[in-house]
Amino acid sequence: MKHSMKVNLQVWRQKNAQAQGNFENYSVETNPNMSFLEMFDVLNEQLIHDGKEPVAFDHDCREGICGMCSMVINGNPHGPKQAITTCQLHMRSFNDGDTIVVEPWRANAFPVIKDLSVNRSSFDRIIASGGFVSVNTGNAVDANNILIPKDIADEAFEAATCIGCGACVSACKNASAMLFVGAKVTQLSLLPQGQAERQSRVVAMVNQMDAEGFGACTNTGACAAECPKGIPLSVIATLNREYTSAKLNGK
Amino acid sequence: MGVLSFLFSSSIGRKLVMAVTGVSLIAFLVVHCAINACVYFMDGGATFNAAAEFMAHNLFIRLAEVGLIGGLLIHIVQGLSLTLDNMKKRNNKYGAAPKRSNSTWYSRSMGLLGTILLLFLVMHLKDFWIVSRFDAQGGLTETKTLYHFMVEVFTNPVPVTLYVLGCISLAYHLLHGFQSAFQTFGLNHPILTPMIKTLGVAFSIIVPLVFASIPVVLHLDLIK
Ligand code: HEM
Ligand code: SF4
Ligand code: FES
Repeated sequence: MKHSMKVNLQVWRQKNAQAQGNFENYSVETNPNMSFLEMFDVLNEQLIHDGKEPVAFDHDCREGICGMCSMVINGNPHGPKQAITTCQLHMRSFNDGDTIVVEPWRANAFPVIKDLSVNRSSFDRIIASGGFVSVNTGNAVDANNILIPKDIADEAFEAATCIGCGACVSACKNASAMLFVGAKVTQLSLLPQGQAERQSRVVAMVNQMDAEGFGACTNTGACAAECPKGIPLSVIATLNREYTSAKLNGK
Repeated sequence: MGVLSFLFSSSIGRKLVMAVTGVSLIAFLVVHCAINACVYFMDGGATFNAAAEFMAHNLFIRLAEVGLIGGLLIHIVQGLSLTLDNMKKRNNKYGAAPKRSNSTWYSRSMGLLGTILLLFLVMHLKDFWIVSRFDAQGGLTETKTLYHFMVEVFTNPVPVTLYVLGCISLAYHLLHGFQSAFQTFGLNHPILTPMIKTLGVAFSIIVPLVFASIPVVLHLDLIK
């Protein structure tokens, strides 16, 4: 196995939200066993060494659970592989001498903060608009006090694996957030807690989603194909159903 | 109106209108296709003319037609405005095209396919619907029936080509639209959805194929 490789990068550099932004070319000596983010660490070391501004990019857990590492790599969010985040992508997925284009999530609802780092507070505002669920506090409740059938618990859990990364928005031609909102609405509407707010919640979240400037879904399926957690398109069907019945109930 | 205003203002409401009107158009296509297929009785268009005559003069059909045209207009206006709005959600475009395809080209081109269909419909309604509905202008008679008129239009290869192209756009529009409508209605089911998808593919191939075959066989003089 070869232990060093060279890649040519075209990286989006943008000073701030107002700046124009452009692609810059870099070449990096890397190693097939490095993660894509580690390769960026090497690039940044190099830039700092040369007295240049390092590339700003988001990352936190580096183990595929926080959803921060937003990079569109050769046109695909989180790179060429399916069901992983950028931090889980390794350089062995590329060939020696490859040219790799790296850009930020692009959507008006996700303005660029700097370089590859985007502002995803619009997602937080959608979550906040859903309000609170009614859960009794006080002593810790017994684990099986509220019975939830296993299949429903599993389905809710599957939806709850969404890490809020925003790859769905970045992949969608309409910059629609319906996979994300669908995952949240599906999870909350399946569980017995929070049933009282079920209808008002979905209406508030969809209103906020529209107000934030996300587009309308046209069911192309690009979101689910790019989602690192494999959130299925059926959550959008659930969202449609929940929203329509809430509206028809006058919510 | 208040309760239903979401159908024209919210993202999901507008999608729902597309799906309801789209499915009504699919229902209309079934009837239209069945009538057109009557030319294959090879009876010099007698059955076809009788069916067309019935459609032109039955009160119930004429009323349904008003609903159909209303639905079509809503589908067109909502479809174009939705497409234009969605195009404004990403001002800075990506520099690189996706390497690994994550969706079909026709699912991403519904606005374009719809616009081609709209141009086709303008031509098609001018060619046949006006003639069959407004007797005075068309001058259809006992000896010059709708069938004769159709044979005449399709002697020219230009409309034949345009009709075939229109049917190809219809096929791709339906290939995405048929199953998409059920997803919009909120129906995504482990057993039913694969069945709907299969039915949708069959429908999207068979119906446009029957439509497209008629100008071709008439042009080539293959049926009498
Ligand atoms: C016979 C003619 C037509 C039929 C049977 C038809 C059918 C459909 C169906 C079933 C859908 C899917 C609805 C959904 O995704 O929920 C759809 C969507 C759509 N149609 Fe049509 N349509 C026709 C004509 C047109 C025309 C003339 C236009 C345009 C100008 C148009 C533009 C659109 C657009 C923009 C969408 C939305 C795409 C999407 O949500 O994926 N269609 N159509
Ligand atoms: S649905 Fe998938 S792609 Fe979208 S935010 Fe959640 S984890 Fe990311
Ligand atoms: S850095 Fe946390 S998911 Fe990649």
